This record gives sequence, C-alpha cells and structure tokens, in this order.
Amino acid sequence: MSEPLGGDGPLIDIHAHFYQEGAGRLQWRSLNASRLAAGDRIGVTWHVGSVLGSWGATSPTYFQSPDDTVAGNDVMLAMQAAEPGRVRAWAAVNPNDASFALAELDRCRQRGAIGLKLAAARRADDPLLAPLLEFAEAHHWPVLHHAWQRRPAWVPGQDPSDALDLCALAGRHPRVGIVLAHIGGGGDWSHTLSAVRDVPNVYLDLSGSGVDRGMVDQALAAVGAARLVWGADLTLDTGLAKLWALDVVGLPAADRDAIRWRNAARLFPPGAFPGIVA
Amino acid sequence: MRTAVDVSALVGPYPFREVPHPDPDVLVRVLDREEIDGAWVGYLPGAFHRDPSPGNAALYRALSAHRDRLHPAPAIRPDWPGWSRELTRAIEAGARAVRAWPMQWGMGVGHPALRELGHACHERSVPLILTVRFEDSRQRHPMDVTGHLPAAMVRELVRAGTGARVVVVGAGRGFIEEVHWGLTPPERATTSYDTSWIWGPPEDDFAHLLRTIGPAHFVYGTGWPLRLAQVTRANLALLPPDLAGVSLDDPTRWTARRPDA
Repeated sequence: MSEPLGGDGPLIDIHAHFYQEGAGRLQWRSLNASRLAAGDRIGVTWHVGSVLGSWGATSPTYFQSPDDTVAGNDVMLAMQAAEPGRVRAWAAVNPNDASFALAELDRCRQRGAIGLKLAAARRADDPLLAPLLEFAEAHHWPVLHHAWQRRPAWVPGQDPSDALDLCALAGRHPRVGIVLAHIGGGGDWSHTLSAVRDVPNVYLDLSGSGVDRGMVDQALAAVGAARLVWGADLTLDTGLAKLWALDVVGLPAADRDAIRWRNAARLFPPGAFPGIVA
Repeated sequence: MRTAVDVSALVGPYPFREVPHPDPDVLVRVLDREEIDGAWVGYLPGAFHRDPSPGNAALYRALSAHRDRLHPAPAIRPDWPGWSRELTRAIEAGARAVRAWPMQWGMGVGHPALRELGHACHERSVPLILTVRFEDSRQRHPMDVTGHLPAAMVRELVRAGTGARVVVVGAGRGFIEEVHWGLTPPERATTSYDTSWIWGPPEDDFAHLLRTIGPAHFVYGTGWPLRLAQVTRANLALLPPDLAGVSLDDPTRWTARRPDA
C-alpha cells in the first residue's frame, strides 16, 4: 500500500457521515464506498460517523422523527459492526422527543456508540438538552454539535446554533467535551474563534468545505492545538488540504498529533479506538 | 507532477476579512511548494474599485520583481471610458489574461460591453477570466451584497460568438454543467473552468466532470490567497484510479501565438 497522502501516524476523522438505502441518495452505496476509499488513501484510521435520520427522505434532516432516528442510528451501528477496524458511531438524536432521545442514546451506547451527535433541532442553549448532556457526562461521551458560525436569526430547515449558543451549553456542562462542528462549514468562523477562546471545554473541528486561508492559523492562535480536532465532514478533499496546511504552519510534532488523533482519543471513552492510546 | 499555470491567483488585501500575507513574494513560495511554474495574477482590491486602472498600475508594480513567474491578469472594465487603451496598456505590460468583474460593476446578463470586451480579447489573443465568487455565500460580510456570477452570464457571453477564450474560476459542478451543456460544441471549445471550487470525494464531482466533460476543459486554479492552495492538489491526488495522473489543459497554449507571451 502506498504512503498515506495525509502523512504517517493515526488519523481520526471525528466528523464523518454515511448514507443508507431510501435516504434520498440513489448512489448511497458508492458514496459510502468513496468515503472509505478516500479515507484509506488519506490515511484515516478511524471514521467516527453519523447518519442523520433518513436525510430528509421521510422526516427533515435536522428535525428527525423518532422512527427515522432509530433507523439512522441502526444503519450507523451496522456500519460500525461491519467495519470494526475503521468505523465508529455517533448516536444522533432529536432533543425534542426528550425521553425517547435519552432511551435511544442508551440503546446506541449498549450497541457500541461512542458519542452524542446533535444537529439543529433545538438550539444548544436550550434547557431541553440538559438530560442528554448529563448522559454524555456519565458515559464520558463527547458531543459533536452542528454549528452555523455566527448564525442568522433564522435559517430554512434548521434551528442552528453558533459558538455563543455552544458556549452557553459548555458553561452549564463544564465536564463534557463539546465539539463545535465544522469551522469550515459555513458562516463567519472569525466570530466563532472570538467566542470560544476562553471556554476550555469547547473544541473546534476543522472539517467542512471551507478552506479559507487564515482559518487554520487563526484557529490555532485562538484555542491552541489542544482544542482542535481534525475531521472532513462531506468533503474529504478539503480535509486533506487542511492536513497539508497543518504540515506547513510549523507545528511541533506533538501538536500535529494532538490535532490528528490524540485530542479525539482523549475526548472519547477509553478504548473507543482499539490500538490507540491517548 | 508540475503544473504550468495557476489561473486564479490574486494579490492584495480583501476588504471583508483579514487574509494573511497576500503578497507576491509569498505567492512565489506557494507556487514553489505546489510545484506550479507560474500564475496569472489579478489584483484583489481592484475587484471592488469602480475604475480598475489605478489597481492595474499597482498590480504591475507589485509583480515587477517576479515577472518570470507572476504574470499580470489585470481588470478591464468595458463600460468605462478608455477601456480599449487600458487593454492595450495591459498587453504592453505583459498581461497573459485579463479579468472582468461584471457583478461588481453592476452589469447584467448579456450586457453589450462584455461582448465588446470578448471581441477585443479574441483579437488580441488574451483569455478573459470571470470569477463566480470569492467566498462561500454563508460567510459573506453584510456589506458584501453582490451576487455570485450567474451561469447565464457566461452562456450569453460565449453564445455571442466573440471567439474569446473564457475562463471561469470558482465554479462548482452545477454551474459548470449548466454552462457546458448549454453551449454548442464549438462554443464549449472556447470555455474553460478552473479547479479551485469543485468537490472531491465522497461526492466526487471533480471525477464526474472529468469523465463527462473531459479534462481538456479544466485548468489548474488555487483561488489563492483567499483559499488554501493545497485544495486542487488534494483533489487531483484523490481522483479514482481510472483518472490518476490526468492532464488538465495548459493555458499557456492559448497565448503561445502572441509574440510577447
């Protein structure tokens, strides 16, 4: 096998997504295969993925029905079972069905999920999230929270949170590692950097299609290597470009490793990634 | 694999956010790192000026120390008095291509001045670069309200039959397909797209476009200094095996018959 494009050493993609039959994407199988193949070439050792319900086919992506939540998580858990050496699962829930969501998290945990994925069904500062965060804390789960950098008051199809919302959540749950999703995923990332600078349990995931020059450097300056985690989200090419960008910003090897895998390994429960010790 | 030209590089500051070191000497180092021989370089702040002439003059000065690698691609505004003289000045200054910013200048689809510019570019063997966008629409500054370049504007310009080489930078798959399949084969032959804003896996838009439209319609672009220059290299590196090592078009051939090129 040729040398990984993304360089040597472990590499954890903490923001992966997979698709399933009936999810509105006819080529769902090839999309999943393409993700895994590109991951192999980049050198991704672990994809931590989620399936957001039916991806809009039978309930909205960001407002999943309970049935679609279960079905989506089942797909993700089956994927983890089928790929035990490279795929791990987030449990994705809609906090509006509060008691169901909590039960679903426990169901997924018992089947091997390793973290809580929240999208945009309820803002991060909403008290409705409290029991879910308490569950995460009890099981040493990180929370990957969808974000829209400096959100507008209203966005079609979702109730997105921004860094200020996530910081409010982080303040209420200081022992939970909260990963603000995709600083390259749209919106004003400079607003995010200013907001999260002094909130120690908010981590930034570098994923997203955005590859603005200055974003990686300024994120490093804002929160340091100890609070950055690598991920790709829906575009592995931009993920690889950001790995290469990290290689040229003059990072010490320990910081590079922290962003590539060590921070993620520490955030998730011990043993979440066999063969990797934080 | 070495690349001849980056067609979408710019220098100079961006008015809506801090961009680190948008300077010619830094660009030369980036080209070295990315194994790119040269760049057709525009002047970023000039896109937001009404009269592009002072910005063009600043561009020529800025690139003067690196003229073996950095070739000016100044802005020519064809509804501005004296634009034809500005085009002559650009060619005398060594321009390998020119840029137009119709959205920033308030020009609509089918504006006759753009057609005039197309004819002039064809006569002078100068490719015309049009930019779809600078940034993701979700992150724009509240004062940055100019819309993205519409695909219809490119179709109308190419359909006008000026014969000019039109290079579209910053377009994604949908835009490219809408233009390409909306043109006749001879029209398509004069239209190229840079690689800076096309997604790779898992969507594999880049691979799809190379298979359906063909690599001869694509040229290397980075979008520097607004975007990480590594993106196109990453996209090429992640192409599936049947497209590995694919050759994109070489823009230097478009200007080869010009004595100064």
